[in-house]
Amino acid sequence: MSALLELRDLTIDYRSRRGLVPAVRGVNLTLEAGQTLGMAGESGCGKSTLAMSVLRLLPKTAVIGGEVLLDGEDVRTMSWGRLRAVRWAGASVVFQGAMHALNPVLRVGDQLAEPITLHGGAGAKSSSPADVERAVGELLERVGLPRRHAKAYPHELSGGQKQRVMIAMALACGPRLVIADEPTTALDVMVQAQVLKLLAELVSESGIGLMMISHDLSVLAQTCQRLAVMYAGRMVELGPSAQVMHEPAHPYSKALAAAFPTVGDPASRMAPQGLPGDPPDPTNLPGGCPFHPRCPVSTVECESTDVLLRQADPGHQAACIRIEEVAGEPV
Amino acid sequence: MSELIRAEDLSVRFKARGGATARAVDGVELTVRKGEIVALVGESGCGKTSLARSLLGLVQPAQGVIRFEGEPLPTTAKGLKAYRRQAQLVLQDPTGALNPRHSVYEAVAEGLRIHKVPGDERELVADALSRAGLRPPERYFLAFPHELSGGQRQRVVIAGALALQPKLLIADEPVASLDASVRGEILALLLKLRQDLDLAALVVTHDLGLAWNIADRVAVMYLGRLVEVGPVEEVLTAPKHPYTQALLSVLSETPEEPLAGSSISTGPIVLSGEPPDPTRIPSGCRFHPRCPLVAAGLPEEMERRCRTEDVPILSGGQDTQVACHVAAARQPTS
Ligand SMILES: Nc1ncnc2c1ncn2[C@@H]1O[C@H](COP(=O)(O)OP(=O)(O)OP(=O)(O)O)[C@@H](O)[C@H]1O
Ligand SMILES: Nc1ncnc2c1ncn2[C@@H]1O[C@H](COP(=O)(O)OP(=O)(O)OP(=O)(O)O)[C@@H](O)[C@H]1O
Ligand code: SF4
Ligand code: SF4
Ligand SMILES: [Mg+2]
Ligand SMILES: [Mg+2]
Repeated sequence: MSALLELRDLTIDYRSRRGLVPAVRGVNLTLEAGQTLGMAGESGCGKSTLAMSVLRLLPKTAVIGGEVLLDGEDVRTMSWGRLRAVRWAGASVVFQGAMHALNPVLRVGDQLAEPITLHGGAGAKSSSPADVERAVGELLERVGLPRRHAKAYPHELSGGQKQRVMIAMALACGPRLVIADEPTTALDVMVQAQVLKLLAELVSESGIGLMMISHDLSVLAQTCQRLAVMYAGRMVELGPSAQVMHEPAHPYSKALAAAFPTVGDPASRMAPQGLPGDPPDPTNLPGGCPFHPRCPVSTVECESTDVLLRQADPGHQAACIRIEEVAGEPV
Repeated sequence: MSELIRAEDLSVRFKARGGATARAVDGVELTVRKGEIVALVGESGCGKTSLARSLLGLVQPAQGVIRFEGEPLPTTAKGLKAYRRQAQLVLQDPTGALNPRHSVYEAVAEGLRIHKVPGDERELVADALSRAGLRPPERYFLAFPHELSGGQRQRVVIAGALALQPKLLIADEPVASLDASVRGEILALLLKLRQDLDLAALVVTHDLGLAWNIADRVAVMYLGRLVEVGPVEEVLTAPKHPYTQALLSVLSETPEEPLAGSSISTGPIVLSGEPPDPTRIPSGCRFHPRCPLVAAGLPEEMERRCRTEDVPILSGGQDTQVACHVAAARQPTS
């Protein structure tokens, strides 16, 4: 049986005035139903680009190489009709900053009703207004909002409530895969916890696959079984959340994990950890390991060796030639 | 360390839609001493920005006094302008705070010109930039905001504030819009400025990790009031107020672990509902409609107090203080 989602040697370049911008540079990944995967990495490393490619939502300037398989079917070669069906019922995306994308002049309920009417789903028996309305109400309750919010306009809702509406929207047609791009960024701690709890419940109740994107490792570790860390368009580490968070095998993951301290950990008290140097410019990537200009443990060899993922532990890989030494010490 | 700024019984109110009054800040006592870093934390809408802005004289308090070095804040435009040189504001979004058509040099020199700071302008700008970690400063003079990274932009904003040699920085979510890797560098800069210049800071944030990283004390705000104040080590490792306990509990990734020093061991306490409405502050303890202790069941007399008796206002001093009837009953001394 084929996996829910499989990426094979995925590459994505943007054509731009600066020439080709390699945003994703060879990513391999599998996600099964009921699994949760977190994707971390700093701004510009290619997280959103990768997510958009799964539903062929990239702009025309994007050049895609490799394969994107949903249930074994290549998204890149699907007909438009098939793709539309897949976009609602197969897989759906909660976009980055999407809560600002709600239509300000339409009631929330009407926005939720649209995909249900068009594509069926959310348990609506038919596309009659009464059935759709009932389905919208159930959908709102499922994301922890009262049914009466169907009548609300977006500006009458708080940030956390809008984000719940966006999640409801993504769930409208019962997708088997949900991709959530920064679903809690800009929400405060308690509302963030509410949204994360909701996502976790949805996964355990309905066995959907969840890919969650964030620059905050600790947010991902709370919700996801596995964590992938991206740097300069490549996956540089992949493994069980607790291991990537607490025993990272790649120096970059280590810096990322240290940037979000654990409250109560004496090592980080009065000692904020940063990562010196600038994020890489995708149009001008350094040779060898792309992290070497900022890596605290780089060697001469790193400047010329193109480092691919290698095994750190069973089920845990990292792209670093000094993997043994790095993985040895905890954060 | 002596007292630098103090809010006494401070209230800030806004006229909300429909003529109701929003009590955004509703009786706050808080002190920041010279060279001290205080983190002000709490959920969205609890009044952090309103409190910070009133400390800068940007909003007129409805009630109460703010003293800077013992003197009430000036009320004249001229007096306030002089005051704002000593207390500088750093905002969350560095891009919004910088004029896209002004070079880095102009951005930093602007404040010097407004406040007619004596001395060689070029030298002052260069000094502020290098203190903010932009070195060598000359390299950045002619750069424009769009040519800088987010972290560099925030450094320019901080340099603009530093050029005026303030005694207090009020930073509203200074790293919220920055990348993980840059976050640590900016926080380290705030610590270094405290060390080198004895600069005090009030850092507004909803990131408790930030407080753990750089603050001496933390003040936890809920619906216009401080509910717990004290040294970071105490408040964040052994929180006594049910609201602080809930905030901390949702941070831990290992839900099984009990919070040190608290009676709670049942995993994250995710408070339901949205942040409450400052136009309708509940009677009694303002946290009671969401309080997990009330929900779990308290002795009848205690529950009556939670629902009907307001909790005394904390003095905002140096020792740990908690605004909760139950916590007070557990520690009769405080
Ligand atoms: N339409 C486009 N044309 C050209 N380059 C683009 C385009 N969209 C993105 N890029 C570039 O591709 C790279 C990856 O961008 P992407 O949005 O995937 O990053 P990200 O990891 O999601 O970042 P963030 O955390 O800021 O959301 C960046 O260098 C970005 O500048
Ligand atoms: N100018 C204003 N007019 C009316 N109400 C206001 C005004 N400014 C703030 N408020 C209200 O006062 C309360 C406190 O707002 P404030 O901005 O101080 O919160 P905050 O703690 O800084 O929140 P956040 O974390 O979202 O920045 C909120 O309910 C807000 O709606
Ligand atoms: S390969 Fe070398 S430069 Fe790259 S992360 Fe490992 S040690 Fe650092
Ligand atoms: S006073 Fe009562 S309602 Fe308020 S926080 Fe304490 S226990 Fe909860
Ligand atoms: Mg993105
Ligand atoms: Mg604010």
